[in-house]
Amino acid sequence: MSIPNIPQLLVHDHKDNVGVVVVEGLKAGTDMLCVVTADNSSFRMTSTADVPIGHKIALKDLKSGDTAVKYGEDIGKIVADIGAGGHVHTHNLKTKRW
Amino acid sequence: MSVTGSTKFMGYRRENGRVGVRNHVIILPVDDISNAACEAVGNNIKGTLALPHSYGRLQFGEDLELHFRTMIGTGANPNVAACIVIGIEPGWTNRIVEGIAKTGKPVAGFSIEQNGDLKTIMEASHKAKEFVHFASELQREPCDVSELWVSTKCGESDTTTGLGSCPTVGNMYDKLIPEGIYGVFGETSEITGAEHICKERAATPEVGERWYKMWKAYQDDVIEAHKVDDLSDSQPTKGNIEGGLSTIEEKALGNLEKIGHDCRYIDILEPAEAPQSGQGLYFMDTSSAAAECVTLMAAGGYVIHTFPTGQGNVIGNPIVPVVKITANPRTVRTMGEHVDVDVTGILRRDMTIDEAGDALIDMIVRTANGRATAAEALGHREFVMTKLYRSA
Repeated sequence: MSIPNIPQLLVHDHKDNVGVVVVEGLKAGTDMLCVVTADNSSFRMTSTADVPIGHKIALKDLKSGDTAVKYGEDIGKIVADIGAGGHVHTHNLKTKRW
Repeated sequence: MSVTGSTKFMGYRRENGRVGVRNHVIILPVDDISNAACEAVGNNIKGTLALPHSYGRLQFGEDLELHFRTMIGTGANPNVAACIVIGIEPGWTNRIVEGIAKTGKPVAGFSIEQNGDLKTIMEASHKAKEFVHFASELQREPCDVSELWVSTKCGESDTTTGLGSCPTVGNMYDKLIPEGIYGVFGETSEITGAEHICKERAATPEVGERWYKMWKAYQDDVIEAHKVDDLSDSQPTKGNIEGGLSTIEEKALGNLEKIGHDCRYIDILEPAEAPQSGQGLYFMDTSSAAAECVTLMAAGGYVIHTFPTGQGNVIGNPIVPVVKITANPRTVRTMGEHVDVDVTGILRRDMTIDEAGDALIDMIVRTANGRATAAEALGHREFVMTKLYRSA
């Protein structure tokens, strides 16, 4: 299905600095339609990595030591620098708990 | 929303007034060594269901109380029409029989010592056959949706659960709790990272404080006492990580979407404890492991379970229909036979959370009327007791 207005990336909250890939097979260099679910506002950005469905993408440059924000809340600490559009997961994001 | 508390469905009204949506005759072992006799009775008498499990010997203290509460609660659940209890000896067997008998439903106990398996199986089979005749003549009758007790717990979560399937359950609770149903959520470990939000969702500050103490005790007594690392091999699970969840905080925030925006929990339940504070939403102190949690909520008296999943947890329960909801299109594509409610439209932005909540409510009513869930059709009957510590 390639209906043009289906978003590739969903973001929960305007405070978030990561979004979620919601399509299968997303490739690096994709011009993504990004929708903020809180108010259905949208923006566009380009992915810089192949990212599987459900995995996260940085909405801006994130530095080691930064806090990842999703749902407008703290979801852990960035442990390696990530450029905007890059893949965010367990290799560069760790829990602050346990 | 077209469904209200006074919308009718066809259910089984039990002797104590509670309403069931299934009509099982169960054969319940008191202990692990009575499983064989129970399974033999279940094989002899068609229309019965044996519930083998792993425990029930040499337990003591709070762990033993939880065992009894789970056994009695399972037999007492309104989805059970009648119950045979078999144990190795009569003492604990009778305690469970007497607990279930308080509901007024038919229940009979048998013990193996001084009888042997074969005589026990024969006598229990005769009684089980009577119970099948009794149960099979019971008729469904019109009941109110407000009489439903609906539990929730998610599993094999991913980032789509927080975006789609958990908010769908939350929307359902926001609509049906005010209509008078009982709800329950739990998964104490999986609130970690969202505990500040969960505490605030209590109906009163006093309930919130009690919730926080319970959550903190779990952190101190279980996680801190037993952890060897940051639990990165357990919480999030390997499936969660495959699905894109990176940390327990992220998982917890998605998990909590299941209680919607408006409802407040009115009390905190021990594992397998039946609610005593009237209609509304409760928190039950449970493990986050799916089969353990659903078994405890069923023992608390809940008759339908709503189960959001991302990567595709296949769990069912022997006495409670488990309704699966997913927003993940890959899961629908690769294992759609496990999905009852497809809310992938939320990710495409062609379905609202409000529409998804209505679709779930419709499926709850259909399930209450007798529609077999995917888990029931596929034969998933996971019955797993929670154990608090080593037996004596």
